[in-house]
Amino acid sequence: MAFTLKINGTPHEVDVDGDIPLLWVLRDVLGMTGTKFGCGQALCGACTVHLDGQPVRSCQAAVASVGDSAIATIEAIGRTPQGAAIQKAWLELDVVQCGYCQSGQIMSAAALLRDTPKPTDEDINAAMSGNICRCGTYQRIRAAIKHAAGV
Amino acid sequence: MDWRLLTESGADEAAVSRRTFLQGTGLLLGFALTGASTEPVFAAPVSRVIDDEVTGTFAPNGFIRINPTGPVTLVIPMIEMGQGVYTSLSMLLAEELEVRLDQIQIQHAPPNHALYVNSIIGIQNTGGSASVRAFWTPLRQAGAVGRNLLIAAAAKRWNVDPATCRARGGVVFDASGAKHLGYGELADAAATLPVPPAASVKLKDPKDFTLVGTRAKRVDSPIKVDGRAHFGIDTRLPGMAIAAVAISPVLGGKAKTVDEKAALAVKGVRQVVNIGEAVAVVADHMGAAQKGLRAADITWDHGPNGKVSSADIVRQLEEKSKQPGVVARNDGDAGKAIANAAQRLEAVYQVPFLAHAAMEPMNCTVHMRKDRCDIWVGTQAPEITQLQVADLIGLPKETIRINNHLIGGGFGRRLEPDGTILAVKIARHVDGPVKVMWSREEDIQHDMYRPYYLDRLSAGLDAAGRPVAWTHRIAGSSIMARYYPSYVTDGLDPDAIEAAANLPYALPNIHVDFVRVEPPGVRTSWWRGVGPTHNVFVVESFIDELAHAAKQDPVAYRKTLLAHNPRASAVLSLAAEKAGWGSPLPARHGRGISVQAAYGSFTSAVAEVEVATDGSVKVKRVVCAIDCGMHVNPDTIEAQIQGGTLFGLTAALHGSITFKNGRVEQSNFDTYLPMRIDEVPVVEAHLIKNAEPPGGVGEAPTAIVSAAVTNAIFAATGKRVRKLPIDPESLKSP
Repeated sequence: MAFTLKINGTPHEVDVDGDIPLLWVLRDVLGMTGTKFGCGQALCGACTVHLDGQPVRSCQAAVASVGDSAIATIEAIGRTPQGAAIQKAWLELDVVQCGYCQSGQIMSAAALLRDTPKPTDEDINAAMSGNICRCGTYQRIRAAIKHAAGV
Repeated sequence: MDWRLLTESGADEAAVSRRTFLQGTGLLLGFALTGASTEPVFAAPVSRVIDDEVTGTFAPNGFIRINPTGPVTLVIPMIEMGQGVYTSLSMLLAEELEVRLDQIQIQHAPPNHALYVNSIIGIQNTGGSASVRAFWTPLRQAGAVGRNLLIAAAAKRWNVDPATCRARGGVVFDASGAKHLGYGELADAAATLPVPPAASVKLKDPKDFTLVGTRAKRVDSPIKVDGRAHFGIDTRLPGMAIAAVAISPVLGGKAKTVDEKAALAVKGVRQVVNIGEAVAVVADHMGAAQKGLRAADITWDHGPNGKVSSADIVRQLEEKSKQPGVVARNDGDAGKAIANAAQRLEAVYQVPFLAHAAMEPMNCTVHMRKDRCDIWVGTQAPEITQLQVADLIGLPKETIRINNHLIGGGFGRRLEPDGTILAVKIARHVDGPVKVMWSREEDIQHDMYRPYYLDRLSAGLDAAGRPVAWTHRIAGSSIMARYYPSYVTDGLDPDAIEAAANLPYALPNIHVDFVRVEPPGVRTSWWRGVGPTHNVFVVESFIDELAHAAKQDPVAYRKTLLAHNPRASAVLSLAAEKAGWGSPLPARHGRGISVQAAYGSFTSAVAEVEVATDGSVKVKRVVCAIDCGMHVNPDTIEAQIQGGTLFGLTAALHGSITFKNGRVEQSNFDTYLPMRIDEVPVVEAHLIKNAEPPGGVGEAPTAIVSAAVTNAIFAATGKRVRKLPIDPESLKSP
């Protein structure tokens, strides 16, 4: 089936079965590899993208379910003020280690700041506990979110 | 990219610096606007990590490539998997080469033993917290050789004594500073000069370091915050297919039935490859490949390991550990001393199989052709991988090209070439390049696990509580015997006994032995912290038992036994002091300490825990002190302490791989639990700085934290945890 996906402001035509996860359409069909595969079960958050501004696990989002929603990925999240602020904070605090989970971490953190500009520790826990980091960068993730938010 | 700096002339040093400063901050100016504007504002700095191989006009050794134009390329011999080596090793080179980190780009080293061997490990492997230790001198020498040649080339052009010239920021200046030439301009001339032996060049006095020892920013951060970083899994090639793989759920089993027709009926599926031990569905994309794999509805012949269970593996260890093993250390007469002791202690400790569960699942891209094999993968062991592929397909190793990549978490998993070997076996049946992808379930269920160990210990104390004897028997798999057989002499595996045979403590009578027991149907391998991850937990727990039996404070007891070991004693004191050791805590709270001498570093950790009446354990704080000699990048050391602590803590609290009917019972992050942001404690890092050579850092905090936590649980509850992971059931209050 053919679908037209609005990704980072640009329409993309893809021809895949409707039950194919958005993750593989982004990565394999369209070559946008910044969004990562981690678990395939919405357990780790590595594949987080935004659908109409809301964080969604793209490994569990069938392409047919996306419809007209605006998709934003890590490649373009720096165009939003929250995304840019988060990326800047990530660099200033040198959050990353292996970096593999960080696309998803940044997408979740940018969504958090959009809805909650001054997050508390509890807000951060709620928004970020779906994102796993095996390198253990959580301490710096928390600090960088606060740094970006100015709290 | 604007790399004019390296080639331009006719500017004084200050102007060069100023321009470079502006060039650097030009990339950052956008940041300042973020608070004031809603316009797109993020302009990412350039990538410092490149995928392609760069040759250099000036290439005095394996590590430096300088061309008339373009950035200085540094070929980094160890792979970046989060531990920060692309930054720290670049700093060693750049310090002596006299370039700044914003003037370089980094290329992954290809397999080449002669150029890139890690002298501590003996092969071109990244592991054992050995990267900075092994390359501390060679990379500084390599940088100094490059700088000397570039200065010599400039001096020759100016017809002056090279000793009157100096280099800074990729530019050579004459004595007056009026004349200067960029490294790019000197590349051709420098390439014609004879290269001096590395050992002959004079290295900087550490007091003159301008880069080493600073909190330089990671060179790989910019590409890891906007999706540009290329991991092996991100490989894309013209005509590339993607294969989803199902491996026999029981080691040694084979596919019995595969519904190929159903798999091929899925839109986008190109081919089904059945190699017996595994089945791959090859498709246009992973979504179709996975759908095809489900449709294939594979059934398996389980083979000889279909009955393997954890209970049997543990029973086998219990039995075999009753017999003496290969002696690792024997000082005095421990048996006699225990017999005569005023007080005797005995304990059995057990640690489980552990998966690595790195965030990037196993994957490998292979293009197999008649006379060559091209491989795109993130590997900690490029040399071994190349050799094993050559062996498998019967081609000379020179025809096996390994394109290494950033690794999305290694932790030892990528020391093993099994993922590449499997991909090559599949790719032999595929025309064109194919990326072989493992699901998370395949990754967890077909890992090569940290071995299950069972340890028997005994000790004797005199009337004053001082230890008079110590015996420690380790039973478990020998990874070394399989991986580096030449390092195993008379059956003694130096990894399995590390930090058990060589204790930091002064003990009068010691007997340590190792019983090799290979579990059936289970593949074992290195895990972050290697041997000490297991041994430090055991030793530091049992020392705590001795302190308790002697009715002494755990810190004071250790300090007495460390009187001869000032570096170990100093980290112990620092960790205790920073943690507020001895200050009162609420009920069911406790502090525990551990100390370790391993990887060329000295580390101590204090954990503070709260054990609820339902037995659940909350680790509230971890204070870690480390003496790792001279610091290359203190920020990286702190990052490794923060992250490495959580890696060890995750295992202590949650980590266990178990077997039933030959299969691994865990499959994804809902059954093999990682710590998440809402569970982790604050980890404090305290660094001792001295003039000792750098020690390893990445594994130290992982290995030390478990005992600190279980000792804290003892302090909180009086219950001794002798088996990991910690079982909350056993900690319930009556």
